[in-house]
Amino acid sequence: MTIKLYGAAMSTCTARVLACLHETGAEFELVPVNLLNGEHKQPAFLAKNPFGQIPALEDGDLTLFESRSMSTYVAEKFKGSGGDLLRAQNLKEAALVKTWMEVESQQFSPAISPIFYQFYIVPMQGGSPNQAIIDENSEKLGKVLDVYEKKLGSTKYLAGDFYSLADLHHLSYIYYLMKTPSAKLINERPHVKAWWEDISSRPAFEKVASGLILGEK
Amino acid sequence: MAVIKVHGHLLSTATQRVFACLYEKEVEFQFVPVNTEAGEHKSENYLSFNPFGQVPAFEEGDFKLFESRAINLYIAHEYTDKGNQLLLSGSNKSMAVLELWKEVEAHQFDPASSKLVWELFYKPLFGKTTDTAVVEENETKLAKVLDVYETRLAQSKYLACDYFTLADLHHLPTIQCLLGSPAKKLFDSRPHVSAWVADITARPAWSKVLAMQKK
Repeated sequence: MTIKLYGAAMSTCTARVLACLHETGAEFELVPVNLLNGEHKQPAFLAKNPFGQIPALEDGDLTLFESRSMSTYVAEKFKGSGGDLLRAQNLKEAALVKTWMEVESQQFSPAISPIFYQFYIVPMQGGSPNQAIIDENSEKLGKVLDVYEKKLGSTKYLAGDFYSLADLHHLSYIYYLMKTPSAKLINERPHVKAWWEDISSRPAFEKVASGLILGEK
Repeated sequence: MAVIKVHGHLLSTATQRVFACLYEKEVEFQFVPVNTEAGEHKSENYLSFNPFGQVPAFEEGDFKLFESRAINLYIAHEYTDKGNQLLLSGSNKSMAVLELWKEVEAHQFDPASSKLVWELFYKPLFGKTTDTAVVEENETKLAKVLDVYETRLAQSKYLACDYFTLADLHHLPTIQCLLGSPAKKLFDSRPHVSAWVADITARPAWSKVLAMQKK
């Protein structure tokens, strides 16, 4: 049975799951959700995600929402064929992967999301980016990336010397950040920059990147 | 087995989240207070436990972790045969449903409720003035989240399944703070949510966490 992913290829959170699907080689079908028409707030979609957000995932009788739970499910289901993104064979490595997944979720995401929102979503709604919000969150993101800079000076990837779901969860948001003036937050930190160049050049991500067309005319 | 140490602060919701898990699993630990008032959490020594300079941090022998939800997941797995079962095992699908509701706590419930805890609980404690606009905005957001919970808890006794798991546990510290504030009405006005709140806050393990603050 093929996994169905409901979302939009250009959406950061949908891309988070796409990256994992490609990395594990799982078979799936992307079912577009028409955000402009408000499809994500209609009863049919709310039955899949009661919070009315993309993405959602169906695998047989299992329906999931929240992109990170979806990628975790895919990584667990398809481990072996696509490598071991969660380091399931070693509980301590697995715990370190989960720690840095929490870091992405609790430290990185709250700082980068408002910057992404100002540069990409606000203009789509006819407004102008709010520089004060960008500046405030850039400062927060800078502090988080200082911690990453130090960690990536001692390990090749976030959880250790192995690529994991902790690294993968950052891909789509950083990809979009790199097209804005805030790219300097990455470029000014040599270990972070090298890590970004490494993880974004993985073949599985290049397939996802081609769909990340927000902001392009 | 190596000694478990939890570095943190009794008033920190994130630290309490880890205590709750350790008590549920009946795992012994030492509490190492971190003097956040004096800035100890930003000291060189503490940053070696948590590079983000936040509480809690966790040690088991020479194994170190931070981020309360990651710590809890490790404890729940490592001590799976002790105390209460906090995980949904069996199939990948069951595990995914648990992950999903843990994500909901982290990304839907926590952002709004944390802001309310800050405004309604911590600020008065530190002698600062509550911002009523922020309270109103976040009560509205939290209400929408709790509407989803109300529907879910009408179909399922606990969030992920019919027994208490990490998905429920992770809410405890924040909910406890809000029960002592005007935001309590958001729980009281939703019968299934209200019953769930009453149930999870009455668990013996949670009472032990609350007892730590009374010493």
